[in-house]
Amino acid sequence: MERRNAKPKRELVLPGDVIDESGAKAGEYAYSREGKVYAAVMGIKNVSPIGVSVIPLWGQYMPSAGDFVIGVVNDIGPSNWMIDINAPYPAPLHVSEVPWKVEFGDTSRFLNIGNVVFLKILSVDESKKIQVTMNDSGLRKVEGGLLVEIAHSKVSRVIGKSGSMIQLLKAASGCRIFVGQNGRIWIDGEEDRAAVVADAIKMIEEKAQARDLTEKVKVYLESKLPAEEE
Amino acid sequence: MSNQAISDIKRDHIINLLAKGTRTDGRSPSDIREISASVNCIESADGSARVKLGNTEVIAGVKIIPGAPFGDTPRSGVLTTGAELIPMAHQSFESGPPGEDAIELARVVDRGIRESGMVDVDELCITEGEKVWMCFIDMYALDYDGNLFDASNLAAVLALKTAMIPGTQYGLPEWDRPLPITCMPISVTSSKIGNTLILDPNFDEEHISSARLTVTTDDNGNFRAMQKGGQGSITLTELGQCLDIAVEKGKEIRETLNKIIG
Amino acid sequence: MSGHTDMVLVDENGMRIDGRTATEHRPIKIEAGVLKNADGSAYVEIGKNKVLAAVYGPRECHPRHLQNPTKAIVQCKYNMQAFSVSDRKRPGTDRRSIEISKITAEALENVVLTELYPRASIDVYIEILQANAGTRCAGLTAASVALADAGIPMRDIVPAIAAGKADGHVLLDLNKEEDNYGQADVPIAIVPSTDEIVLLQMDGNMTREEFDKAISMAVNACHEVYDIQKDALKRRYSVKNEESDSDE
Repeated sequence: MERRNAKPKRELVLPGDVIDESGAKAGEYAYSREGKVYAAVMGIKNVSPIGVSVIPLWGQYMPSAGDFVIGVVNDIGPSNWMIDINAPYPAPLHVSEVPWKVEFGDTSRFLNIGNVVFLKILSVDESKKIQVTMNDSGLRKVEGGLLVEIAHSKVSRVIGKSGSMIQLLKAASGCRIFVGQNGRIWIDGEEDRAAVVADAIKMIEEKAQARDLTEKVKVYLESKLPAEEE
Repeated sequence: MSNQAISDIKRDHIINLLAKGTRTDGRSPSDIREISASVNCIESADGSARVKLGNTEVIAGVKIIPGAPFGDTPRSGVLTTGAELIPMAHQSFESGPPGEDAIELARVVDRGIRESGMVDVDELCITEGEKVWMCFIDMYALDYDGNLFDASNLAAVLALKTAMIPGTQYGLPEWDRPLPITCMPISVTSSKIGNTLILDPNFDEEHISSARLTVTTDDNGNFRAMQKGGQGSITLTELGQCLDIAVEKGKEIRETLNKIIG
Repeated sequence: MSGHTDMVLVDENGMRIDGRTATEHRPIKIEAGVLKNADGSAYVEIGKNKVLAAVYGPRECHPRHLQNPTKAIVQCKYNMQAFSVSDRKRPGTDRRSIEISKITAEALENVVLTELYPRASIDVYIEILQANAGTRCAGLTAASVALADAGIPMRDIVPAIAAGKADGHVLLDLNKEEDNYGQADVPIAIVPSTDEIVLLQMDGNMTREEFDKAISMAVNACHEVYDIQKDALKRRYSVKNEESDSDE
């Protein structure tokens, strides 16, 4: 996404468009047939040494192992919780994957429907059965703050080139921010400041294609954030 | 996600903002969302309207067909109202025959139209005891972001207000004329979150509210239909507030609709 | 197809009652991304047909027994709204809409890369707001734009259109009168990158020669519909982009 110096013009492609005839390998969201590579989603063509792929403009988040995500408890079983992670599949969180000792049938004492949790995707098997864990540093049940939802394909813009955007958001606002790969972002801090960060993130999502986005966000934050008290 | 839970964080955020007199989309508790509509958008219908109330969208169509009157009202036309919560509109809606929510919705809209006498059914008699005009109002939720009651009411009222009797189509060219309309019943729905009343709830607000009250008024500000919903209760004071605001907002909405019709 | 009329459907100059030539389709308007809740959506007008399509998914498959452990399933619900036809249609499913839903889902399933989403379901809803012959093609055309709008991986976008026969002439995209009083109707849908046929029905009476002519006419027209579909999707993207740039 950030490798735009390689190809200055962003080429918009649609499913069925031929995106390579030189024998390159089909990467993500692309497929090959009879020596040609075709786009499989609407998005921006991306050429890399590994192959030709498409960066989707929108679409569902597909979890992959190692992703950090924000989930909402959707259902409770005797030995697990069902977590909505904004993906096509629900993610069961087993009692062995939480930092507490939970007796069988005692699950609702720890997490209830509507609770928000930071999670890591442990594994995704071939039939897309997902396992998630809360046993990693920084993973926990979350209370307070703001929860913002954006298209997961825009998450990389919120983080920015080597973390530049997220650093800017954090430094300018003094808020704590947790960005889930699934497009959910949690912001905690002084209420007015958190609200400005939430608006800034919405702006990043809307203007993801714009040039000098970091600069624009900086100007926005400066104009909207209440003055720091001395 | 069929059972999409509203996160605690979202719920708390809504409640915190309400305590300060504002809402997640910047509205005050007594603001309704923007109304936009396209009327007569369906040529196969005798009257139609597609209405947006914020991000909630409803289409209503009116079909007017000759048919037999009811035995006890041989000189009166017939009104029938139906609503469908089709799965296009929200992930929680399922296909199949209308469930209790859709039936309640249709009946509340129907009551406002019927009790206000919006359609002058006595002007719809073709042959006494044999043939009258039957008016079918069908409403479909297309996009659901809360408050289908008011959005559906608006769509139905605009569709009726712009409907023409299709006389010629049934060999009765002398009947080609607008459907006889006497007034515009407007419903205004209040929702209760904690101890706060808000108007025109969006999806999130609707789903954390404990009770709602829909109040339909006529052009004179008289009450023509009401429906309390939800497991929670409302106090007599709150009831008074709902009635006052229904009259006030009903007037404003009527003006908006008149502008839309032109 | 069975009705009779004294109406001249095609005049001596080969002109049709709505002023089209034999190989012309009705005016087509497509808009992508028209609904907020749905993951993808599209609005299509073909002549006097007005159609909305919405896509939800991939998502957990309900009912569960329909889940396929190796791929996603595509489910479709085609519905005609009560006021979409000249006599009010009684709400609810009938045999015709069940059949159309089935063949539409099958046509779409052909292009969707279903193996990427085992056990999931991709749900397509087609609502006919106004019907005037050719709703199944308009519905499928809208549905495939809605799928692309939802970002669902697919081989190609599927366009659909009908060809048929009226007054003994082979005609593209029959209107209501031609459909009612004509002699044949052949709706088709194709995968434009390969010209494979993914939907085909026929009713009426045609010779082999007439049928071949109808198919080639419809395949050509499908490519025209395809361009309009792609244009609608690109417009949706550029609208978003203009919003970004007009800021400064």
